[in-house]
Amino acid sequence: MAKATIEEAASGDIQRGELLALYRLMVLIRRFEESTYRKFREGKMGGYLHRYDGQEALVAGVVPQLRLPGDYILSTYRDHAHALACGTDPKAVMAELMGRVTGCAGGKGGSMHLIDPPRGFLGGDGIVGGPVPIATGVGFAIKYRGTDNVCVCYFGDGAMNQGGVHEAMNMAGLYKLPILYILENNQYAMGTSVLRSTGQMDFVLKAEAHGIRGEKIDGMDVLTVRDAVRRVLERIRQTGEPYFLEMTCYRFIGHGIGDDNTQGYKFYRTEEELETWKQRDPITRLHDYLIARDMLSEEEAETIEQEVRRIVQEAIEFAEASPEPPLDSLYEHVFVDHQE
Amino acid sequence: MAVMRYQEALRLAMTEEMERDANVFLCGEEIGQYQGTYRVTEGLQQKFGPMRVLDTPISEVGIAGLATGAAMVGLRPVAEFMTWSFALSAMDQIVNHAAKITYMSGGRIRCPVVFRGPVGRGGQLSAQHSMSLESWYAHTPGLKVVAPATPADVKGLFKTAVRDDNPVIFMEHTALYPQRGEVPEDPEFTIPFGVAAVRREGADVTVVAYSHMVGVCLKAADLLAQEGIECEVIDLRTLVPLDMETVLTSVRKTNRAVVTQEEWKNVGFAAEVAARIYEQAFDYLDAPVERVGGADVPMPYARNLERAAIPHESDVIEAVRRTMS
Repeated sequence: MAKATIEEAASGDIQRGELLALYRLMVLIRRFEESTYRKFREGKMGGYLHRYDGQEALVAGVVPQLRLPGDYILSTYRDHAHALACGTDPKAVMAELMGRVTGCAGGKGGSMHLIDPPRGFLGGDGIVGGPVPIATGVGFAIKYRGTDNVCVCYFGDGAMNQGGVHEAMNMAGLYKLPILYILENNQYAMGTSVLRSTGQMDFVLKAEAHGIRGEKIDGMDVLTVRDAVRRVLERIRQTGEPYFLEMTCYRFIGHGIGDDNTQGYKFYRTEEELETWKQRDPITRLHDYLIARDMLSEEEAETIEQEVRRIVQEAIEFAEASPEPPLDSLYEHVFVDHQE
Repeated sequence: MAVMRYQEALRLAMTEEMERDANVFLCGEEIGQYQGTYRVTEGLQQKFGPMRVLDTPISEVGIAGLATGAAMVGLRPVAEFMTWSFALSAMDQIVNHAAKITYMSGGRIRCPVVFRGPVGRGGQLSAQHSMSLESWYAHTPGLKVVAPATPADVKGLFKTAVRDDNPVIFMEHTALYPQRGEVPEDPEFTIPFGVAAVRREGADVTVVAYSHMVGVCLKAADLLAQEGIECEVIDLRTLVPLDMETVLTSVRKTNRAVVTQEEWKNVGFAAEVAARIYEQAFDYLDAPVERVGGADVPMPYARNLERAAIPHESDVIEAVRRTMS
């Protein structure tokens, strides 16, 4: 089991360039997410808007380790970060959130249905637990074709209480499908704490009940995540067998725009709890680590900050300047016209 | 042409499509080693191996998800539900995932999956195993719904379903499985979706049916012909896409219509067809459109009650007579 600390992981094979790339990606995700609530309040976005603040290490430590295209990623309704990490143009992500035709789903999907198939990103999913049975099929297709690719399937602690998740995990364990399950255990299914929703808190045990090996790691530390995922991906590619990683994490923002704790709504968790977790902010941790080792200067950090803010601002400007989908596209894509 | 049973024609269609395209595979409960609950897939696992004829646990959500996910990345899965009654627990995967992914992705994802299995009322299977719910699927944008009535149709329509790039709900009927009929042996024989078949021509009343009700209506038409009433019996073949033009052409000729279905009558598919006749051919009607459907009750077990809950020839005959009176 990986208990690598930030120091151990970085003392190994990781290079400064990669560290800076991880840092930059996490900052991009954070600034991007921050901008969405502003745009919502300006009336530019609708829907629920589930932000990833605090959980950035869960994609930054994983997605850059994948072979894209070739490998696949399935996400949840909290999917902005996954799209950005896959390399989807932030402009196309922002445009999708604003319901513009230039969005990565042409404006028809929205926040919960970002998608980018050429990059292996098979989309978010608005249904809790929904992507897990889909991953069974993607994993089966990989095995059917005989490649050493991997399907990465993200889901939350709430999904672990969905029946279909266990049907799907049993089948992956039975058929030995190359799926990496990533449980984003951010402690809350919407407003319900795992303490109030879950009889057996040992999620790894639940994976093992389906014949899937697993472990629990610190999802607030991007290097721990990266280290574990590198090792586990190698294992999956070699054995073709599924693996389960519970990543302990915390979302700094409420569930969605309707649970906006930036507005002071706190029904189910305390300010103290939030502040305790913020002490473990994955971006701050990596920042401090890099600074302490002279791998990043404050000036360079500021340069990254400005660069990322410019990317987000350009994405906003692009999206706002983009047209809405034409009305005559309403019935387009209900069906694919093509038939063999 | 060869004479074969409905289930054999379906198996032939599966075999041909699996031989034609290595991306086609089957999955479902008891379809391989057990040879299929209704023997539709008999011999196929021996022929194609366990990966292409995949036995699954009794996990309908898992089956539907496996098929949907595999389709999203380019395979052409055919997922069997042992009966369509068991698909209820998989509705989220079918309706919220397979049916919508093409639209939600702005056309960036295709989902060429076939969900198939038997429907059918009767056999004293009682409340939880006697229903088809085709109107639920037809109600959902993004799903094509197919209900073949003959051995030739089950072959030709299945092959079209496998080759279609959209999710297809393919509903066979247990009472039809043993029925024999002429079936084209040409492996390129297909029947396009959205083209209804006029099974019997007649000048007096248009009778619309699909699946098992086609045979019921043809028998009723034979009996009515003895009293001089000539029914034009139309087999819709596919509910989505729906060939209303064939129905309307007939209604404009006969000026009367009876729409039938085996499923519960309330909010059923016949109501949709009847409404469209009113919308599009109202001025041609000489009588109100009649509907024939199953009783709006959970299927009872007792033989006499079950018989009373299922539409028969006599129900069609009475409905036709009402339009003529």
